[in-house]
Amino acid sequence: MDTQTLLVYAAKASYLLAAALFILGIKRMSSPVTARAGIKWAGIGMVIATLATFAITRGHNLGWIVAGIAIGVIPTWLWGKKVAMTDMPQMVALFNGMGGGSAAAIGAGELLKYTQPGMSAPPLATLALAVIGALIGAISMTGSIIAWAKLDGRMDKRFTFGGQQFFNFAVFVAAVLAGLALVFWKLDASLVVVFFLLALAFGVLMTLPIGGADMPVVISLYNAFTGLAVAFEGYAMGIEALIVAGMVVGAAGTFLTQLMAKAMNRPISGVLFSNFGGGGEGTAIAGSQKPIEAADAASLLYMAEKVIIVPGYGMAVAQAQHKIWELSQALIKAGKEVKFAIHPVAGRMPGHMNVLLAEAGVPYDLIVDMDDVNPEFKTTDVAIVIGANDVVNPAAKTDKSSPIFGMPILDVVDARQVIVIKRGKGTGFAGIENALFYADNTRMLYADGKEAANQLIAELKAVEGGGH
Amino acid sequence: MIDGFLALYIFMLAAFTGKEIIGRVPVILHTPLMSGSNFVHGIVLVGAMIALAEATTPLGIAIGFIGVILGAGNAAGGYVVTERMLEMFKSSKNEKKG
Repeated sequence: MDTQTLLVYAAKASYLLAAALFILGIKRMSSPVTARAGIKWAGIGMVIATLATFAITRGHNLGWIVAGIAIGVIPTWLWGKKVAMTDMPQMVALFNGMGGGSAAAIGAGELLKYTQPGMSAPPLATLALAVIGALIGAISMTGSIIAWAKLDGRMDKRFTFGGQQFFNFAVFVAAVLAGLALVFWKLDASLVVVFFLLALAFGVLMTLPIGGADMPVVISLYNAFTGLAVAFEGYAMGIEALIVAGMVVGAAGTFLTQLMAKAMNRPISGVLFSNFGGGGEGTAIAGSQKPIEAADAASLLYMAEKVIIVPGYGMAVAQAQHKIWELSQALIKAGKEVKFAIHPVAGRMPGHMNVLLAEAGVPYDLIVDMDDVNPEFKTTDVAIVIGANDVVNPAAKTDKSSPIFGMPILDVVDARQVIVIKRGKGTGFAGIENALFYADNTRMLYADGKEAANQLIAELKAVEGGGH
Repeated sequence: MIDGFLALYIFMLAAFTGKEIIGRVPVILHTPLMSGSNFVHGIVLVGAMIALAEATTPLGIAIGFIGVILGAGNAAGGYVVTERMLEMFKSSKNEKKG
């Protein structure tokens, strides 16, 4: 056996090891205790696989490869290090789009290679999967970029026009027909270009009409797409590590997408093909919002035994999580039971709110999921809602004409007293009036989240001081 | 090259594995896990490296080069943000142990 054959075997063995490390890493990431080790395992797998690849490439275009890795790694690494935790969802979208683009580029390279004179056509399965992978990867890339732009506030939330669904469908069919033509009719360079333009355009078109509230589901879906694209291109190139890692991510991502869609009570088809927020207006709400001053709110807290805090994305935007944790610590010190109730889609992605609270130092065992916390609201003295809106709207249970009817919510309205910290009287992300704000047991504390928390801490100290 | 049906079995088994390992995940880890799985498909970098090494035409090199940049960005960025998110997960019990 010569050295080169030996090197290829060593590389293939390294890929096997890397695939095992990826699976074990993802598994470890599924428990809070082992999660931090999990990403390191997966990271080691990635380094091993990348280094081993140099044994296969035998120094061909080495300068380009090293330069490409440097250009890809250095800026994203530095950017990822310093980006704010609130911006994580769009960062995931962006990095996912890069992966999709990379898979699409591999597909483009493979297809163009076969169009060269003197190249014989590859086996049907290889060609078909290269085309499908390229299609999915290209859609994932441009779709993720639009998702990133929307979440990053760089783009108007929704973009719609008459006959949009028909037009999008036509573009998709055209892309698929171009792909079929490549597989069954003719491998032609200009046809490859047309195919890619259509696929890239469809990614943009399909994401444009989707509103910000549905974006988590869409990002998760594109994450699964990229996984599938990587698996299919892995088959086309004969690299087992890509097949296994891509497919595992594709399946896990699809499952996670289903979980998210279920939590939001939005079927995936509804997310993709209908316009959220454009539907029913909901019944108008009678009554008025009743304001409260920080001092009165603090005395309510002082009298309470059990307090549940319901944070939403608005809290994170106001950077109030540290102050809220400070307030909670003061309450805990005063002997009160404090819990944080998290809706599955609080923040911009499932679990995003947990990350933001963790950043502020809240231990994860004080954080309770919706299903576990909902029965507890009945025995709760004060529920503090800060920056959450649609996920606490009782209209989701009572008003059949509301666009969010049927969405599972936190039963905050069951608490004896509800304090809603809110900057003004605006509606939530979905643009719907919130019946909770008009409820008899709700008081509105109009202030910026951070400022309100500060005031509550100060007033609570004052009340405690006066009480002794 | 992998035989067609064998590949289908690998696809199927990997898909079941993916569903199984994520099935027991608590909601609090969904975002880091999504970010982590986003990192794992950064393995596409390996495919892009091989494609670039095999490229002979200027166009092929250009496409492979873009593929390597994007794949490397996916892997590096995905790792950093996932690690940063997971660094924060502490229990109130663990904290006392240090």
